[in-house]
Amino acid sequence: MSEEIVKTSVDYQDIVKKGLWSNNPALVQVLGLCPLLAVSGTVVNALGLGLATLLVLTASNMAVSLIRNHISDTIRLPAFVMIIASLVSCIELLMKAYTYELYQILGIFIPLIVTNCAVLGRAEAFASKNKILPAAVDGFMMGLGFTLVLVCIGAIREVLGTGMIFSNMQLLFGDMASNWTLNILGNNYPGMILALLPPGAFIVAGFLMAGKNVIDNRIKEKTAANANKKDIVKGGKRVRTTGQIA
Amino acid sequence: MALLNITSPHAHGPLSTSQVMRLVLYATLPGAFTLAYFFGVGVFFNLLIASVSALAFEAAVLKLRNRPIGFYLQDYSALVTAFLLALSLPPYCPWWLVVVGSFCAIVLAKQLYGGMGLNPFNPAMVAYVILLVSFPIPMTQWATPVTLDGAHAVSISEAINKIFGGQAIDGYASATVLDVMKQNASLALEEIYKSEPLLKSGYFASAAWEWVNIAFLIGGLFLLYKRIFTWHAPISMLIALALMAAIFYDNGSSNSGGSPLFHLLSGATMLGAFFIVTDPVTSAVSKRGRIIYGAAIGVLIYVIRVWGKGYPDGVAFAVLFLNFAAPFIDYYTTPRTYGHSKARIVIAKEKEANK
Repeated sequence: MSEEIVKTSVDYQDIVKKGLWSNNPALVQVLGLCPLLAVSGTVVNALGLGLATLLVLTASNMAVSLIRNHISDTIRLPAFVMIIASLVSCIELLMKAYTYELYQILGIFIPLIVTNCAVLGRAEAFASKNKILPAAVDGFMMGLGFTLVLVCIGAIREVLGTGMIFSNMQLLFGDMASNWTLNILGNNYPGMILALLPPGAFIVAGFLMAGKNVIDNRIKEKTAANANKKDIVKGGKRVRTTGQIA
Repeated sequence: MALLNITSPHAHGPLSTSQVMRLVLYATLPGAFTLAYFFGVGVFFNLLIASVSALAFEAAVLKLRNRPIGFYLQDYSALVTAFLLALSLPPYCPWWLVVVGSFCAIVLAKQLYGGMGLNPFNPAMVAYVILLVSFPIPMTQWATPVTLDGAHAVSISEAINKIFGGQAIDGYASATVLDVMKQNASLALEEIYKSEPLLKSGYFASAAWEWVNIAFLIGGLFLLYKRIFTWHAPISMLIALALMAAIFYDNGSSNSGGSPLFHLLSGATMLGAFFIVTDPVTSAVSKRGRIIYGAAIGVLIYVIRVWGKGYPDGVAFAVLFLNFAAPFIDYYTTPRTYGHSKARIVIAKEKEANK
């Protein structure tokens, strides 16, 4: 379907950078906000849903990449959605089997991974045009970027909302994690209930986006300053301003 | 001499922003002193903490945004927000509650939207609602008015220990009248009035709160006299609230929500009517729009107070709802501009119909 693109060598570093930072599904593409806002109340919820999404993204990218030359353009979207839906069902059954309590807490949001635009978006924008290995790396990195943001938001909301962090981690990691809970803000902390409600997730996500933009702007300014310095060192050339050659 | 091309408005008010804001500050003073008379020094601590923290947050964000700090601090708008927030918080609430409130008001509700004049929601009310939703327990512990029998007058050292050290003061807190009305919804009004000291010792509505509301009314009338705002929004809000109360008064049965006078003189009615609803930034703009805006707030306040499930007073929620709706109201109440026979929106609609 698009052999030209595949032939050019794949820049894995670029895929990693895009997934984790410059094209992060949560902070830059702003996709999949429904689970992002709904279940990022604690680290364990965020991590659970993030890992599930990561698995689905990687597997769906690989599957879509495998069949990319065998399905016609007109039916590609239903085919992608079916692949994603079956993968999500697998994940759902897995979580039911191994992390049943977490499965109950996350509830409807696990089946709803099917509707996460980030998954279909990557299948359509990347996996359907690339070979299996780059597609898998892209899916993994996008999923990792999504999970990291989800965990960040979960951690901030958990600390603000309850004063503690890493509570109930045994739901995901078994009994050894049952005493991972850190009481950061002390027992007298009253708990900001707003942080646990959806508006809190919006506010925290907004601040994370702003933080990312600040860092990007700093980097841009620095590189611009460095570029100017180089020009000065090279310097000495006069610029023709009239545009006329006498 | 060059003819300067100055655009409208050609006739403008003689007051600068900082003068207007200072007048608003003065107008809150009767209400503030009345609150302090009934509830003690906690009111002044709230005002102090809120003012200092609001100015600090304003300066910090202005610095981050590379805006002139002195220029914006001198317009007193942050101070007005701080005062309105502090006056709506319960006295003797912990200091961090006030600081978090100032942060929400100044940073979240005001500066993140672009600062003075660009905030779609009233900053003080946003902060109040965030605090009420986040910290319901300290936000609903109001002091008992000192004029009641058996009320505990809080000394300054007790107040400092409570506010900064979190040490509990015995028997200072009690429910407000609106709480009482909500909790005793199954009783007829007469029975509530007999059993509840707050209501028994009131002249018009309830002890302390009637005088607090009258004081805010006086401050508000002073601003109205000074033409800081027009009468449309506050008066229509008060009339709508009174009308709702009159319609559903039900002769004081257990279904009754309370008399019109009770609603006009309890909770944050007057503070809301003259200091919150009249906010020029977040309210509707045209006169007709302001009447609709104020009336809708009045109706909503009654609805939330009487039929709402969780919260006793509804001023902040009603104001935020209508802040949402203000641009919509403005769109449909655009006044006729000079030189045109009809308003712009009417002309546009007629064109659409004639197509």
